[in-house]
Amino acid sequence: MLSAGDKAFRGSLIILGGSYVLLVLALLVADIAYCSAEHLKGLFFKREIQFAAWLTLKTCTLAAILSILVGIPLGYILSRMRFPLRWLVDALVDIPVVLPPLVVGLSLLILFNQPIVGETRLEQWLQDNFHAKVTYGELGVILAQFSVAAAFAVRTMRVTFDQITPRAEQVALTLGCSRLQAFYKVTLPEAWRGVVTAFTLAWARSLGEFGPIMVFAGATRMKTEVLSTTVFLELSVGSLESAVGVSLLMVAVAIIVLLILRGIGMEGRAT
Amino acid sequence: MINIEGLCVISGGFKLSDINLRVERGEHVALMGRTGQGKTTILEAICGLRAIAGGRIIMGNKDITHQPPAERGIGYVPQDLALFSTKTVRAHLEFALKLRGWDKQRRQARGEEVATWLGIERLLDRRVTTLSGGEAQRTAMGRALSFEPDVLLLDEPMSALDDTTRKELHAVIRTVRERTKVTTLHVTHNQSEAAALADRVLVLNSEGIQPFNSSPP
Repeated sequence: MLSAGDKAFRGSLIILGGSYVLLVLALLVADIAYCSAEHLKGLFFKREIQFAAWLTLKTCTLAAILSILVGIPLGYILSRMRFPLRWLVDALVDIPVVLPPLVVGLSLLILFNQPIVGETRLEQWLQDNFHAKVTYGELGVILAQFSVAAAFAVRTMRVTFDQITPRAEQVALTLGCSRLQAFYKVTLPEAWRGVVTAFTLAWARSLGEFGPIMVFAGATRMKTEVLSTTVFLELSVGSLESAVGVSLLMVAVAIIVLLILRGIGMEGRAT
Repeated sequence: MINIEGLCVISGGFKLSDINLRVERGEHVALMGRTGQGKTTILEAICGLRAIAGGRIIMGNKDITHQPPAERGIGYVPQDLALFSTKTVRAHLEFALKLRGWDKQRRQARGEEVATWLGIERLLDRRVTTLSGGEAQRTAMGRALSFEPDVLLLDEPMSALDDTTRKELHAVIRTVRERTKVTTLHVTHNQSEAAALADRVLVLNSEGIQPFNSSPP
């Protein structure tokens, strides 16, 4: 039996928390109500939209994988190691999070297209040596997404490693492990859920990225257009219904991927 | 078996200096002393988890002072057990053997043998997160003994257990000792535990390590 105080507490939690859930639901319902099923169907069969959807899935996944590859070691270093200027590295990692996204794109544009050594520009050097077109290319989309998403992956992995006691790793050393073996045989499996969370966050962040992609990779149809830039392109030509339709497509893709990742994260397998 | 000469360990503001200790082969020595005196630090220094600022540690005839922990071959059971939360009891018992390249059949046989000594043979496929305090303690001990170490270091292994479980573990430790003849250094706060298990009881105080009688904790 709940007392009056308990009921008031529970009620205030539901009202305060529920108001946000209601807001998100209202946004989705408004979008769905605005867009006719006929229009949505037509939109999904449009070649440009299919291309943008496929490029979005591809670039978000690659950006998230790269974010994890960087996030695991950097998160581990920041959590476990003490070294000079550690505070500076810690602060640097947060810069892409606090900077306006447009500034990240602008900085990338300058980095790749400004003479670095003599007259050589990084973009030119990559094209000459590796035939890799980054600025205004697919690689640019991935790099723009990665630049911001990796910061979230590093933060998540750092908190994950902070929560895992180093004692198990130390015991593994006494059992015969090298530092590397102790890391991947003991600590990394314990950090599994953190890795899935970091990947999910990086993926979701990449999906929503817009500013850096526009500035660094552009929004050329059938070339560097991802769903977030499609929304902008459709809006800019006054096609509000198409913009809303693409937004709903992004919501659907996000829900499917996040549910799959959450399912993987829930799986706890003993070895 | 273990000979510590003039050991000095400095960690932040904590300093442990001029520690001398000798444990003979096959002996079970209990080390007592007040909290914060550095008993755990001594165990960690012996198994290689603490940087040594001075003195030396000899195991058998070998100077292991600066040897990596993996090469020392010392079984260590820390106070918090530090079990690997994603692994089963069996995986714990076979962990060190896998690292040493034992084939699956040998690993399984050894794991089952150690589990039988410790009375955890029915728990082999359980995840360690589902174990009781006593079962977790036995698993940690099994993991440390699995690779047949010459030396076993126990850091307050029974501090969090009830009296009945503690007595059961006393019997387990005696059985293990009879079978393996492992040299054991055992840190404890419990005088009756030390008296029940150890051949010799020492105490660590501000003057270093001394026989228990001359300076009670």
